[in-house]
Amino acid sequence: MPIGDVLPEISVLVSAVVLLLAASFMRQQDHWRLAIGALASLFAAAVLCALQLGEPARLTFAGVWALDGASIWARLLILATTAICVALTPEWLRSDRRHGEYYAMLLLAALGAMLLAGAADLLQLVMAVLLSSVTGYTLAAYHRAWPLSVEAGMKYFLVGALTNTLLMIGVTLLFGLFGSTDYAQIAKAATGAPQIMALIGLTLVVVGVAFKLAAVPAHTWMPDVSEGAPPPAAAFLTVAPKIGAAIALARLVTIFPADVVAWRPLVATLAVATMTIGNLGALGQSDVRRLLGWSSISQSGYALMAVTAVGLNAQAIPALLFFLGAYAAANLAAFAAVTQLRGRTNLADYRGLATARPGIAAVLVVSFLSLVGIPPLGGFVGKLALFVTTIEAGYAWLAVIAVINTVVSLVYYLRVLGPVYFGDLDGPVPVLGGWAQKALYLATLLTIGLGILAEPLWSELGRVMLLP
Amino acid sequence: MLTLTILVPLIGALAILYVNEDRCRKVACVLGAIPLLLLIIAWIGFDTGAGAPVFQWVESYPWIPSLGVGWRMGVDGIALAIATMSALLFVAAIAWPAETQGRPRQYYAWFLFLEAVSLGVFLTLDLLLFYVFFDLSLVGLFFLIGRWGHGDAQRAALKFFVYTFAGSLAMLLAIIALVLTTDPVTFDMRELIARQPLAGMDVRGALVLLGFVIGLGIKTPFVPLHTWLPPAHVDAPGPASAILAGVLLKMGTYGLIRIPFSMMSATFARYAFALGIVAVVSILWGALVAMAQRDLKRRIAYTSVNHMGYSLLGIAAAGALVGGGEQAARQMALTGATVEMVAHGLITGSLFLICGVFWQRGREYDLQTYGGLAQVAPRLTGFAVLASFASLGLPGLAGFVAELQIFVGTFGVYPWLAAIGLVGILITAALFLQMLQQLFFGELPARWSDFSDLGRVETRMLTVLAVLVVVIGIYPVWLLTLINSTTAVLTGGP
Repeated sequence: MPIGDVLPEISVLVSAVVLLLAASFMRQQDHWRLAIGALASLFAAAVLCALQLGEPARLTFAGVWALDGASIWARLLILATTAICVALTPEWLRSDRRHGEYYAMLLLAALGAMLLAGAADLLQLVMAVLLSSVTGYTLAAYHRAWPLSVEAGMKYFLVGALTNTLLMIGVTLLFGLFGSTDYAQIAKAATGAPQIMALIGLTLVVVGVAFKLAAVPAHTWMPDVSEGAPPPAAAFLTVAPKIGAAIALARLVTIFPADVVAWRPLVATLAVATMTIGNLGALGQSDVRRLLGWSSISQSGYALMAVTAVGLNAQAIPALLFFLGAYAAANLAAFAAVTQLRGRTNLADYRGLATARPGIAAVLVVSFLSLVGIPPLGGFVGKLALFVTTIEAGYAWLAVIAVINTVVSLVYYLRVLGPVYFGDLDGPVPVLGGWAQKALYLATLLTIGLGILAEPLWSELGRVMLLP
Repeated sequence: MLTLTILVPLIGALAILYVNEDRCRKVACVLGAIPLLLLIIAWIGFDTGAGAPVFQWVESYPWIPSLGVGWRMGVDGIALAIATMSALLFVAAIAWPAETQGRPRQYYAWFLFLEAVSLGVFLTLDLLLFYVFFDLSLVGLFFLIGRWGHGDAQRAALKFFVYTFAGSLAMLLAIIALVLTTDPVTFDMRELIARQPLAGMDVRGALVLLGFVIGLGIKTPFVPLHTWLPPAHVDAPGPASAILAGVLLKMGTYGLIRIPFSMMSATFARYAFALGIVAVVSILWGALVAMAQRDLKRRIAYTSVNHMGYSLLGIAAAGALVGGGEQAARQMALTGATVEMVAHGLITGSLFLICGVFWQRGREYDLQTYGGLAQVAPRLTGFAVLASFASLGLPGLAGFVAELQIFVGTFGVYPWLAAIGLVGILITAALFLQMLQQLFFGELPARWSDFSDLGRVETRMLTVLAVLVVVIGIYPVWLLTLINSTTAVLTGGP
């Protein structure tokens, strides 16, 4: 067995177990030390992952595990995201009795997302979705004494249970049609005339992945989780599973030739619906955390644009990865700001924030403008890459719809920034502490850096391959 | 050197956040004046002789080479003239004694930031960088209007940002569609002008042109894309209004010349007549609606729509044919359009600064409440009269030079459009004279008996702008030589 190929995953898994054991033996007030342990293990996994970059792209473990540029970069991104989320946590859970276990759960959730990114087999995909979901429910409902958190977890679970079932029905159909769950084998079998059953099976699987991506039609859990989950967990759940799911989706759909299974119109439709519904949902929100949830749905819609174009030109996967990276940095910065503000969520409470906390206000500006795609921030380069790849692929209409959506999104981001800068302050603005602050500024710097210093990463991503 | 022109105010914008509050304005003035100095040096060193390169002071550094994007700077005559005017207007706006509402640092920081990115729009030779600066100018003005505006400032700022951002994105799509036709992909404006990448592509060319016209048209703005302009102007603080009218609107017309006019001249020529009609509609609509306004600032805002219409008419006439046909007339129209941009910047900039005086003293823009101010504020009256006359196109002032050339040039290409457009000048004359009469003559209402005249700094700033308006009106050769060196090339002349 080529154990070396999954060393990063093994190291995350082992660390999770060690952290869990350690948490049960340590005093509660020392649990913050486990955050350092988690950071160290994430760093180790990232190094192991980066070492794989030099090797040629290949499928291992009998073809179920893809080791290509797309999966390696996505997993690096997930590890970095998780690290920032870990740094947001110690002060937030300081008084929580189960503080230490949280890190173990977070690492397992990260593992689920990583498995999604590398899945090259339908059963492997199912396993990754399940691991990522089960841990996700727990993270969302971590404040079990707070009704909103429990409600978020419950809703997440119900939507998840339904879509996971659909996913498995889809997998069964595809297995029955093509006689294999292995992507490479399916790709070989899926030739010839258009197949309606294959399209139905694929649609069901896509819905299952869309749940992890918070894309239409399985997006409804996202605003509730974003509002009810502890902000550090919300930061994680709005970002990490999406990265894995987007790559998993791209890998899944490309195994079918577009003339056998018409997946491009399917994904394009989902993209349009997701970005539009996400933006319309965000428009009326007066709750910042909910608003971020809806905005994160619309961002999934933009990511789906790149998936639509996969295979039509070489830039689709680099554009997808870059966009995900920029989105991750900006969204983490936004949630870090909310966390640092002790979860302040009512829009009216943000009035005059710039007077009391100019630094956090500036972070909100940078992260929101990056999510809109204002240059020279990371989000701009990401969106530019998306537009370029969709227009080049002949989907100019999709780019036009994305542009209209972007204009709409500007309205609700400005509805937050307006009071922050133009309103009058009432009352003190307490903040959380040093850990969260460092995470906050790190995410902000990444958001800016991805824009201004886009070249090294972009040219590196230009060589990325997607198997099979 | 052009890079410095942008970097100095940009870094200054950060640095000023750490300057003592009392000295903020002085420091900002110095930092804001440096780009002006640099641009004047660039002007002196600009070679206008025959055979000189079109773009001078060129600098180029890679930024995202794999996308063909670079930090490319350079100017031709048109860009240099407009950029220098903008830098001057920024100095005036920054030096203007503003109500900073207890946040002088942020106020001046945003102004310097806006100066840097606005100059960037005119000085860059990279299409993507053009877009970057174009967008950032929105961010800068959004905060200036929203934070330091009055009335329903938040709403006006939001409307301004969303409306013009929609335009930017339309332009972004057009830019991408234009650039993707080159191989390897490049955003270098010089390359794109030389290659004319859309020549022979009818449908794609028309769509790309439509994207540019919508994007730049919202910014210019022409009717019917102008509705964001009046609220943004009315609720903005005086200096920000001056910048909005004097600098930001120019980005629209300048962009039209720089991008569709130069990079896709065949497509532009095909639709030039339609643009000419839009221009005439803007001229008439802007003038008529301005006439109906009782609000001082709204009235001047609508005259901007009218004046930018002249500029657009000149550009449309100049781009009507490809090659050398009617070259003299077309060159004249394009030169006129550029001079109109410079003149409008100076004149309307002064007018909006003067509006700021009315708000600071009286908290009132309603024309009807004023009257007889000539008795108490002679200096203010003098500047307002001069600027108004210049704006309505009195011979001997800058506006006349511009409008004469535009109309003479347009007569050579589209005589009917020029004839209809002339009506606009008549209406503007009426509306400005009526406005002056209402404000400064007649009986002085009792509540304005202690209306104070212009202060020292205000007088000085308006004097500089007024002197330039007069100089361009009487002796425009220095400006025309610079602009003609470029418009000759653009219209296919010798």
